[in-house]
Amino acid sequence: MGRKIRVLMAKPGLDGHDRGVKVVARALRDAGMEVIYTGLHQTPQQVVAAAIQEDVDVVGLSILSGAHMTLFPKIRKLLNENDGENILLIGGGTIPQDDLQQLLEEKSADALFTPGTPTDKIVDWIKEHVKVD
Amino acid sequence: MSKLEEIQQEYQRWHEEKYGKGKHRDVKFVTVSQKPIKELYTPADVKDLDYQRDLGFPGEYPFTRGVQPTMYRGRLWTMRQFAGFATAEESNQRYKFLLEKGQTGLSVAFDMPTLMGYDSDHPFSEGEVGRCGVAIDSLADMEVLFDGIPLDKVSTSMTINGPAAILWAMYIATAEKQGVPSEKLRGTIQNDILKEYIAQKSWIFPPEPSMRIITDIFEYASKHVPKWNTISISGYHIREAGATAVQELAFTLADGFAYVEAGIEAGLDVDDFAPRLSFFFNSHMDFFEEIAKYRAARRIWAKRMKEKYGAKNPRSWLMRFHTQTAGCSLTAEQPENNIVRTAFEALAAVLGGTQSLHTNSMDEVLALPTEKAVQIALRTQQIIAYETGVTNTIDPLAGSYFVESLTNEMEAEAEKYFEKIERLGGVLKAIEKGFFQQEIADAAYEYQRAIEKKERIIVGVNEYVNPDEELEIEILKIDPAVEEKQKQKVAELRRTRDNVAVQNTLSAMKKAAQSKENLIPYILDAVRAYATLGEIVQELKSVFGEYKEQPMF
Repeated sequence: MGRKIRVLMAKPGLDGHDRGVKVVARALRDAGMEVIYTGLHQTPQQVVAAAIQEDVDVVGLSILSGAHMTLFPKIRKLLNENDGENILLIGGGTIPQDDLQQLLEEKSADALFTPGTPTDKIVDWIKEHVKVD
Repeated sequence: MSKLEEIQQEYQRWHEEKYGKGKHRDVKFVTVSQKPIKELYTPADVKDLDYQRDLGFPGEYPFTRGVQPTMYRGRLWTMRQFAGFATAEESNQRYKFLLEKGQTGLSVAFDMPTLMGYDSDHPFSEGEVGRCGVAIDSLADMEVLFDGIPLDKVSTSMTINGPAAILWAMYIATAEKQGVPSEKLRGTIQNDILKEYIAQKSWIFPPEPSMRIITDIFEYASKHVPKWNTISISGYHIREAGATAVQELAFTLADGFAYVEAGIEAGLDVDDFAPRLSFFFNSHMDFFEEIAKYRAARRIWAKRMKEKYGAKNPRSWLMRFHTQTAGCSLTAEQPENNIVRTAFEALAAVLGGTQSLHTNSMDEVLALPTEKAVQIALRTQQIIAYETGVTNTIDPLAGSYFVESLTNEMEAEAEKYFEKIERLGGVLKAIEKGFFQQEIADAAYEYQRAIEKKERIIVGVNEYVNPDEELEIEILKIDPAVEEKQKQKVAELRRTRDNVAVQNTLSAMKKAAQSKENLIPYILDAVRAYATLGEIVQELKSVFGEYKEQPMF
């Protein structure tokens, strides 16, 4: 059996809606992952510093304020600049379909899950994409 | 044998011989809050109900049946759609559109930087300007927001909490410019900081100075803005964060009691401010549970205000509330179905006796609503009001064995929470201990698990899914240029205003913050001098500090 998958769940920006991030964090923990939650109102720099320091495999962003087109690219760029290019960046929130496509196409996010997504689907995606051996 | 015993005996017989031998679907019969519901309610379930004591008449203590004697036969509820996006100019256009379509009150949504007290050009505001509401940096923006809308004619609700005093001051100053005295202004500021710590998490200052600003608002309004609702004590966000119906009811009322106690401790007479307290509830999908919640809320509030806090003015006893349908019940899948969900939720709010109502638009799970979606949502209210006939009689579900029994149970369960909160040392202590936050997170997780295990069916999500669904509705886009435009506007303001006056008013305000003086007149002066929201908040932070939460999940 490999090591545990490490995930940083983060709330970047000013948005305080934390229902989704907490539900997902708990589901990932119940699925056997190590989950760290940043808490609210984090700058992109803070999120990336925490990701590097905690040596995570995945960063999950929750954004419901409409700032996703700014925050995803910025955090992806900062991860890449800080030796975090192997860290997967996923997220969820109120993200319209066009924006979602664009973020995935320009590789600002590796996977995006909109409201209504079963948490199992997120668990499965992570298990499929993170190598732990 | 008494009539009641006879009914009980007959019920037993029916239950064994008929119901027990009948067909039963293999599902849990529970509410959306996981509360078990019986198969049948009879007079035995409400045997202790005393009509005069527990229900009374509309407009009379304990107001279970409604706060006005005539209810919707006298005046329909206020149809108030929450709106705001991009710049003040664009939101002003949307307000005029809504008023033209027959909306009867305004409701302002602010963007995240405004809610958190940052100007549009602050680094934290990057990417957030005008996104989920309108960006307001100074009085100059507020003047544009209400341009051509006479403030003595409309009532305006502003969803603002941390910086509520400042936005309220901007509204008062805008009215002054229109020649409308503050005594004539009608509306509401949400101003409910406790539920921010508990659920919505848009806070600025720590609890103590926040409560002081709130009591300053109570006092100032009672003298100068007497028709204003100084606070909208909100369960809405508590519910959206995942709470059950009972938790929403109990935590909201507990917050309400905390504000009343703060006002009394600040030396105010309860009857001077209590009549201006208002409430804001969610309306979720479980029809009867919601109706019972509203009825229980009115009764609990009236009893406490009269018996515990000694309020003598009957207006202090009555709970007036706004309702919004549940955003968290909407689905991204087959979004047109959200029109139907919203209609049922709106109907529950009306049957529960709401004073005003916001109906969500079908597309709100995806983005801010388009004009078409908002119009359907508003029309939903108009159809309830004019076509369904439910407004003909007051509190039509009273006397239903089920509804009365559920109302009693909601009250009893809320009382248990009040005791628990009391044992924890009150609302502020319970927040510090993470009590509410944990309760809500647990309930949210259980709700999600129930959906994933298909114990709860959500149409289009975990059943009746359209596998190759293509979204067919239009989405409102916010132009990214809005942020640049707003940044330039605030830079221009800083160049052209009288900066000496700004500095002077800010210093005077800071001094007042350090003393016990009422802050509102000083904030008003700073606003009139065109100090920005961010500048005023920064100055107050230097005295009050900032709130930080311990993250948990």
